[in-house]
Amino acid sequence: MELDLAFLIATVIKMGLYFTIVLTFVAYAVYAERRFSAIIQDRVGPNRTMIPTSILGFKNDIKLPLGGLTQPIADGLKFILKEDFTPAHVRKHFFWLAPCMTMVPSLITIAVIPFSSPIAIEGRDVPLSMAIADLNVGPLFIFAISSLAVYGIAIAGWASNSKFPFLGGIRASAQMISYEIALGLSIIPVLLVFGELNLGRIVQEQSVNGWLILPLWNEGGHILSGGFWDAGGLQQWILWLPMMLAFIIFTISIFAETNRTPFDLAECETELVGGYHTEYSSMKFALFFLGEYAAMVIGSALIVTMFLGGWSLPFGWSNAEWLASGGIIATFIHLGCFLTKVIGFILFFILVRWSIPRFRYDQLMKLGWVIFFELALINIVLTALIIAKPALDKEGPIAFWAALAALAAFSAFVFYLAKTIDNQVGPGKRVAPVKAKPAPVN
Amino acid sequence: MPQVLFYLFSVLAVLSACLMVIVKNPVSSALWMVGAFVGMAALFVGLNAYFVGIIQILVYAGAIMVLFVFIIMLLDLKAEEKRVWKPANIAAGAVVPTILLLQILGVLLKSDFEPFQELDLKTAATAHQQASLDLYQEKAKKAGEEFDPADVPVGKIQANLEDNQLPDVHLVGRTVFAGRADKAASQSFGFDDTSNNLPLQVMGVLLVVATIGVVVLSKKGSPAKSN
Repeated sequence: MELDLAFLIATVIKMGLYFTIVLTFVAYAVYAERRFSAIIQDRVGPNRTMIPTSILGFKNDIKLPLGGLTQPIADGLKFILKEDFTPAHVRKHFFWLAPCMTMVPSLITIAVIPFSSPIAIEGRDVPLSMAIADLNVGPLFIFAISSLAVYGIAIAGWASNSKFPFLGGIRASAQMISYEIALGLSIIPVLLVFGELNLGRIVQEQSVNGWLILPLWNEGGHILSGGFWDAGGLQQWILWLPMMLAFIIFTISIFAETNRTPFDLAECETELVGGYHTEYSSMKFALFFLGEYAAMVIGSALIVTMFLGGWSLPFGWSNAEWLASGGIIATFIHLGCFLTKVIGFILFFILVRWSIPRFRYDQLMKLGWVIFFELALINIVLTALIIAKPALDKEGPIAFWAALAALAAFSAFVFYLAKTIDNQVGPGKRVAPVKAKPAPVN
Repeated sequence: MPQVLFYLFSVLAVLSACLMVIVKNPVSSALWMVGAFVGMAALFVGLNAYFVGIIQILVYAGAIMVLFVFIIMLLDLKAEEKRVWKPANIAAGAVVPTILLLQILGVLLKSDFEPFQELDLKTAATAHQQASLDLYQEKAKKAGEEFDPADVPVGKIQANLEDNQLPDVHLVGRTVFAGRADKAASQSFGFDDTSNNLPLQVMGVLLVVATIGVVVLSKKGSPAKSN
């Protein structure tokens, strides 16, 4: 295999650029979180951090009206300079291994996300993708690698060798395994529509035909092509329903998967002190923190890529000749567009964290297994039916409606079943205490 | 895949597999097994089977082994670490792999491998296009219609090939799910075009039975009955 020098150089540049972007995002997401929560709670938040030149021997600190923008740097320095304390009772190897195993997977998943439109390079017949690795299994790669982050959390809880971290670790891993199912199933309708697992091409298609959950500016028809869909009109909104459902399930599952409030049961301080990282300090704690926020950034990026058109500009502007031809300026405009959308989503994550109270653990599990799992399954069949409607109509005029009615009946049955089984007394169910007979009066 | 990577990942897989057997702490053992899975997945990716490799990580490393680690942690097996190996165990552990290794060596020495060929996607793209053109032409002839090459739709496989990417997910899907396999694809990639739909459905039934079995077994001891 001959080495493609341009490709190698471009890959190295992309890796450097994207890691810088994501790490900066992580640092400033923490800052944004603090300022945003301060606004919500009518406080000021960290707004006075400046550049501490006095510790370098200068007479005064530089007092610039930065609004606390240097706060992340101060936080980072603090993490590095604090004492790195390893308690005596921990399982040392695993204790050291766990933070890395949480952070590394979340950073690896950057590899398949297309940050911008492909660049056309002279001498290459295929334009250079702006994802680090333009894999044909994009979303699966992200799920596979991010599912490895569970090990870090589970091991952190176990290696700490004390009970609250252990409970936190167990909770986190159970939660992440459960919601992976809802997460994986909820995007299958999306993949059915695109017929594609390559994130780059998914975005490309959305750029031409309109974003998946905002199909407003496509000319006559939905993202799907074919006779039935090209007719335009109301038909495109039929498919919008299952897509919206997929979007909602996916977004909420991402909240659970990244252990964010309202699903941060793994580090719920009212019950578990600090959760799986109770025993951690200094940089090792910072790595957990980093991994969590990186997972949030990647989660937002994935949602944006699949449902909100990735790097494409709204209203089909990306289809303009000078933007679609793949020049370097177009790439930067699209990069800006993508990052703007991701920032918007991160702010949404923060808004939810500070406005919705935490769930109870059994509610969380019920939501995942009883509601999202079934809904996602039904959604898959519904989408398949809608896509197959043109073919079904050839079989007979009522074939589609009969299938739809069967699906509705089946869904009702499934939910009825889930509900009745759920109401039975079983393990993990609270049994109403038997009322003690009142003591006989004399 | 460059050969360096092949050796790197095969060493990772073999080494982790060995360590999984040797290490005494059950949690380390499980983690080394994850390492072996990751190495294997990388080897699949090196063979251009991205889908299989990723599924390997997703299912084995990401789901099954997590449950293993989970259970081992909950049981907190201290007795395992103190266990001493008996000579009989070691002998059995040495003999069986040696026999297997000899068997594999025997097969490898006897078989005659052609030199490795890079996958040529450009040739595949033209072959695939030609095959689908032929198919449509045949179809049109049977129906007695005029054949126009512009009428042939560009499928996802064709589009992928022209983008210089192996459409392995589509090929797997076509082979496994399609009622009748994609003739154009099977001709241009040289796999036989029998459908695997029935085995797939049988496997689905098997998995459902297993799932129901698990639910029934785990429900047995619940307080619902003892009340």
